[in-house]
Amino acid sequence: MLKINSVTKQFGGIKAVDDLSFRVKKGHIHSIIGPNGAGKTTLVNMITGVYKVDHGTIFLDGADITNITTDKLVYRGICRTFQNLEICENLTVLENVLLGFDKYMDKSIIKSCFRAKSILEDEKRHKDRALHLLSLIGLEKIANQKAENLSYGILKKLEIIRALGTSPELILLDEPVAGLNPKETAEVADLIKTVVADEVTIVLVEHDMKMVMQISDYITVINFGKKLAQGTPEEIVNNKDVIRAYLGSGVVC
Amino acid sequence: MFMGYAGQVSLGHGAFAGLGGYIAVILSSNYELSPLFSIFISVITMAILAFIISKPILRLKGHYLAMATLGVGVIISIFLNAEDELTGGSDGMSVDSFSIFGYEFTDNLQWYILCAVLLVFTIWMFTNLVDSPFGRVLKSIQGSEKAANSVGINVSHYKSIVFVISVVIATISGSLYAFFSGFISPAEASFSHSIELVVMVVLGGLGRIYGAIIGAVILTILPQLLTSFEDYQTLIYGAIIIFIMIFMPKGIASLFNDMKRRLLAKDK
Repeated sequence: MLKINSVTKQFGGIKAVDDLSFRVKKGHIHSIIGPNGAGKTTLVNMITGVYKVDHGTIFLDGADITNITTDKLVYRGICRTFQNLEICENLTVLENVLLGFDKYMDKSIIKSCFRAKSILEDEKRHKDRALHLLSLIGLEKIANQKAENLSYGILKKLEIIRALGTSPELILLDEPVAGLNPKETAEVADLIKTVVADEVTIVLVEHDMKMVMQISDYITVINFGKKLAQGTPEEIVNNKDVIRAYLGSGVVC
Repeated sequence: MFMGYAGQVSLGHGAFAGLGGYIAVILSSNYELSPLFSIFISVITMAILAFIISKPILRLKGHYLAMATLGVGVIISIFLNAEDELTGGSDGMSVDSFSIFGYEFTDNLQWYILCAVLLVFTIWMFTNLVDSPFGRVLKSIQGSEKAANSVGINVSHYKSIVFVISVVIATISGSLYAFFSGFISPAEASFSHSIELVVMVVLGGLGRIYGAIIGAVILTILPQLLTSFEDYQTLIYGAIIIFIMIFMPKGIASLFNDMKRRLLAKDK
């Protein structure tokens, strides 16, 4: 579904991502792991058009999507979440989720100014859908609370739910459990496995080995911007290069 | 709205209002177009102008954006001062009386009614707009541009639109003020006028439509009340504003919200 074709990104003299290629299969949870600074987030930023790709191409279902910006990619069916939480704290929980439906909404200024019926009905319909999404993570009761009052763990889940609003075909999760406690981590893993993976192909960038090994269908390991190994979780756990370069001994749970 | 909802700062809106006023006045005085039609043309010209400047200028953020809008404002101000033949230079120019479809506006009462109607209408429209999905997009830009971008919102496009809307409103108010006072001078487009607009919004309360109006009322009445202090007028004026900013950083409108919340809490 997603094909990364020998992409390179250079910052000054350092190649953050160096001639990297891999494919993501439809319906998979495809994890990308690697030590700190291996180029994982750079890779996500290249796929989502935040960084310009120096060399190489990226294809989605055969269409070239190299260097298309994040907002336009949403209309192509790609959505992402962020390593450092990006939630609008000035909005309520519900409004944050509604934002996910933005691409389906009529935002005509004239109609909005005069409170046109079509706009109100549109809003109502999407509110129901947003509440449904919130109910999946048990947040429908606090839908009208300001996001700034909620815990980090809840907001991390909220971000994933918001991304689902755009009805993506492919979702890129950049460290969805970074900074969460084991209980919250398990909840997010459950959310990804049961809700998201049902409908959406997932590219998961993550440090939490336990979670990656549990939920991934396929793993690509990168180090210093290059591909070190790829395979199923079992293959990766037993790969000598990976153990030497990254996992060390005794880390794999 | 540009400031309070999309979180941008402009120090050029006084100048936009002034320039808009000038365009309307010049059209009606020199070319004998009807005042209403002059304002209409002025609004369209200013909207196009705002759209063109918005593209490069809105790539800037925070203080840099403020500086850039300040720069545009100063350019407009200098232009109005320098173009003697067109604008009358620093002496300004007098304005014909205002009329709508032949109905002349001669006394203040008529003006009060016109402005009140326009004000209520504008408040009503903007309250609706802010409550709509469009308004939510603006708030999300203030909350997190990255988040807005990640759900498919073209952030710079919306910043441009809001900028244009705010310039249009500035143009209408600048034009009406010129017709009301029967006179326009570059002072209307000066830097201090822009600052005054920003203070109104901040003082009243950012992100609230009523906030700007409360701010405007206070900023207009306050200097009048303080005239009895004569020499110390500016000093006391400044002190009051600093006092409000320290103790009510969210503006005066937030006071009403707090009171409402307390009353509701009591009911429960």
